Amino acid sequence: MKSALPYIPHTEDDIKKMCEAIGIASVEELLKPIPASLRVDGALDIKAGLSEQETLARLKELSEKNTTTKASFLGGGSYNHYSPSVVDHLLLRSEFFTSYTPYQPELSQGTLQAIFEYQTLICQLTGMEISNSSLYDGASATAEAVLMARRLTRRGKVVVSSALHPEYRDTIETYLLGFNEEPTELAYCTEAGSTIAKSIDSVVDEETACLVVQHPNFFGSIEDIKTLAEKVHAKGALLIVVTTEALSLALLKPPGELGADIAVGEAQSFGNPVSFGGPYIGYMATKQKHIRQLPGRIIGETKDTKGKRSFCLTFATREQHIRREKATSNICTNQGLSALASAIYLNSLGKAGLMDLARLNLSKAEYLKNELSEIAGITATFTAPTFNEFTITIDGDTEKFLKQLSKKKIIGGLGLKRFYPSLNHQILIAVTEMNSKAELDTFIETASEIMGNLK
Amino acid sequence: MKQTTKLIFELSHKGRVGIEAPHHDIPKAVPDKKINSAFLRNDIEGFPEVSEGEVLRHYTRLSDANFGVDNGFYPLGSCTMKYNPRVNEVTARLEGFAGLHPYQDTTLTQGALELISELEDDLLEITGMDAVTLQPAAGAQGELCGMLMVAKYFKDKGKPRRKVIIPDTAHGTNPASCNLAGFDVVRVASGKDGYLTAESIKKIMDRDTAALMLTNPNTLGLFEEDIEEIARIVHAKGGFVYCDGANLNALMGIARLGEMGVDLIQLNLHKTFSTPHGGGGPGSGPLAVKKKLAPYLPIPRVKRRGRKFTLDHTKGKSIGRLKAFYGNFSIMVRAYTYIKRMGVEGLTAVSKMAILNANYIKEALKKDYHLPFDTTCMHEAVFTDKLQNVDNVTTLDVAKRLIDYGYHPPTIYFPLVVDGAIMIEPTETESVETIDAFIATMKVIAEEARTTPKLLKDAPTTTGTFRVDETGAARTPILRWLPEK
Amino acid sequence: MEFPEDLKYTKEHEWVREDGDTVTIGITDYAQDSLGDVVYVELPEADSTITSGDTFGVVESVKAVSDLYAPVSGTVTEVNDAVVDSPESINDEPYGDAWLLKIELSDAGELDGLMTAEDYKAYTEEEK
Repeated sequence: MKSALPYIPHTEDDIKKMCEAIGIASVEELLKPIPASLRVDGALDIKAGLSEQETLARLKELSEKNTTTKASFLGGGSYNHYSPSVVDHLLLRSEFFTSYTPYQPELSQGTLQAIFEYQTLICQLTGMEISNSSLYDGASATAEAVLMARRLTRRGKVVVSSALHPEYRDTIETYLLGFNEEPTELAYCTEAGSTIAKSIDSVVDEETACLVVQHPNFFGSIEDIKTLAEKVHAKGALLIVVTTEALSLALLKPPGELGADIAVGEAQSFGNPVSFGGPYIGYMATKQKHIRQLPGRIIGETKDTKGKRSFCLTFATREQHIRREKATSNICTNQGLSALASAIYLNSLGKAGLMDLARLNLSKAEYLKNELSEIAGITATFTAPTFNEFTITIDGDTEKFLKQLSKKKIIGGLGLKRFYPSLNHQILIAVTEMNSKAELDTFIETASEIMGNLK
Repeated sequence: MKQTTKLIFELSHKGRVGIEAPHHDIPKAVPDKKINSAFLRNDIEGFPEVSEGEVLRHYTRLSDANFGVDNGFYPLGSCTMKYNPRVNEVTARLEGFAGLHPYQDTTLTQGALELISELEDDLLEITGMDAVTLQPAAGAQGELCGMLMVAKYFKDKGKPRRKVIIPDTAHGTNPASCNLAGFDVVRVASGKDGYLTAESIKKIMDRDTAALMLTNPNTLGLFEEDIEEIARIVHAKGGFVYCDGANLNALMGIARLGEMGVDLIQLNLHKTFSTPHGGGGPGSGPLAVKKKLAPYLPIPRVKRRGRKFTLDHTKGKSIGRLKAFYGNFSIMVRAYTYIKRMGVEGLTAVSKMAILNANYIKEALKKDYHLPFDTTCMHEAVFTDKLQNVDNVTTLDVAKRLIDYGYHPPTIYFPLVVDGAIMIEPTETESVETIDAFIATMKVIAEEARTTPKLLKDAPTTTGTFRVDETGAARTPILRWLPEK
Repeated sequence: MEFPEDLKYTKEHEWVREDGDTVTIGITDYAQDSLGDVVYVELPEADSTITSGDTFGVVESVKAVSDLYAPVSGTVTEVNDAVVDSPESINDEPYGDAWLLKIELSDAGELDGLMTAEDYKAYTEEEK
């Protein structure tokens, strides 16, 4: 073996000494259990190793082939927010990030308490009684919530609002494959841009486990959760409220107070970078009485043998390592570090910081929405109120519109045609505190010019 | 290690502001002029109000009550707790990656797509498979992905199959994933010497069985010597062989699962490829498959057209998607960084040194701890507490005593088929001195078990937290903080 | 370990006590000992029917979970709510206050298929 291989401390002498202790001539002898016919013939076709400096140069080269310098108004389940300096500084405490799942409570009180606090923060934001320690992302958490509702109600049918994020709907569909069940869609109102509560009676029946509705929904519209909950409960089904922009929870009345049975969503907005789609963090909160069907890890408070407050994993009998095929879910880990990032983020901003930030996001989005609507050929697509994301209709080719904006270093939003073929003139626009007034004004001016030329 | 501390909520003082939102540089919207006031909240009850400095100190204290790979030896079997290189953290945080929105036009994300594509190629080369998806967020989701694909394969052929065979040594995620994919689990016992036998599979494999789900090396740390024959039996009845890739750290550059008859394998980038475990995620669980199953992989798929990369959203036979977007990208960046750094020679050395370290421990401790399967192991070794039971000392006691000596305990009571299992996986990044010190400590503990068992029963005593009352936690659940009434 | 003489037993470690037309069922001392501290019990509702050999509930400790298998078939006439509220009583009095259900038998003949205390004791010794 060559002496300098990264991260492997063994010297020739070490290897010799260890082989002698085992009573073998060389490491090769330890590979004997692998039949000769299965051994790799020669070397793998993988490039030779690089020094750390060279590795970094290669990664920089790749990262610079991506463009992150334009003013972006993309949302759709991934939001660009400012993360305070303390967040990443604390995440790099290696006692946190180089540890495993807290199986040994005496060595993991840091992770355990941090996640216990995270569970509390999620309960406070969603208005729910209990929360798990997080799931993979908003979409898979929504799918897990659907399965949970099916177990709780012992009913099979699943209804989803068509204003639920299309990729979330796809994820639900995939998770239901094993149950031979396909979700039914509940239409959205093309005028308001919100789910049609009146139609619930025609699709939700005595065999329906749940209705899944996003709030604010994929178009940015704020839903009337209370009315939806009443209608769904009248049929004995559960209401799952999905939130992809978790910051909205600091402005809007929490789903738990409005009658949601399970609140799930994406908490990426809290301290986690957009990072090309992951890792993100799925939150899930519900009522105490549903605890036994809640998937994922749960941390509980207890005492040690000296009576000191301490924390441990609890309700483990729901989980796969004990209940195996009868477990509530196959999930093994949570998104520990992402949940930690969210908790640090929320605690750093605190009540005033977070609520003010939500108002700032609303104000910026309102400003842009109003100004864009003033431009001839651009209208706000829907009438329902919105938070920091809204949909506009362009009288013209949206692709051309976005391309021209891009030339002015503006990524003007997400064309909806890919997800809703009928919305081929619609663009979904997200505005956060990262978009300065100057950016907003450039967007408005450029849009105005483009529309003038398109005419 | 220090005592744990007050909850953040207990440090809160009304009116204290942490990090304030940026200044409002636009006209302030009045929320209830825009939104029905019945939809608005006025408060977040109990939400913390602390200063930035207090937050920093709070989490620094909490980190003091934690133990990671950086704190010391962490021989947690089946989890591959190797050193987490810092350059991975630097590359994952490069603005061109961290600041990249998933819905940007692919012309603006070429670097990310190239990285994914190249990482896919390297993982295929390491495993000997034909196609791979990096979408699954963790090993368990990779398993689910694979089993959903298998189910759909048979369904599309008009001949759905109901069963999956799983050995009794398997991780709990295996049966749970199969159940979620709609299969009935058929358990098969491993042989007396710890191996799965071709004979036992032959007896139960039939045309209603979709797959055999095994782990190789298995969870006892043994290489399944019959694997080729077992795969032949499964394939003869039209079934697939799924391999849980949790233990890939033993095989890189040595043997390729694709050449052993394996049709699907999920990898754990957070184990084999050095990405941090993060206190329980985020991980990444790519799934690699043979050609026959490739059309069923989740969408979107990264496609290379000449020097350009695109995302192909065509559904075709695909099972659809398992999450939003494309997977845990920043974990992929870390794994990619690791592979570039190690290179072909390094990756092969990883597996060889991991095997050497495990066998060195196995030989050194087999007189002090009962070794149920005394044969050459791969990257981990499984002992039991049988010798210690004589003095009423259990695996749990040994584990807790190790904490007093500054070690993270091994995996305990797994696999379930071994009573009082102590599963030790040293990984390749530990030096012989570290391992020698660990062996010496294990020997001291074995001696203490005979002479002063109370030391083990009372352990740990050095961490600031003594053994915790898990029964109490379950009987009177407190799952969140509530303000005092 | 106690094995009361007046009870009948199953391989799944449930016990049955005859009280005229109805029987009382619970889990054995051996079962509670191997489970450890019991933290949760799930039982069917009164008036439901159970079938010999089928699962009718769950008993959990912190680290183990065990299905409850019906030793006999019949209708549930009474459910012990006290044991649901304080599952720890199963550890203290498995044969006493911590009984689980009272059942009206649909086939009294099924009782003949159960084990005596002596047989059950021998069975548990084999299991070890």
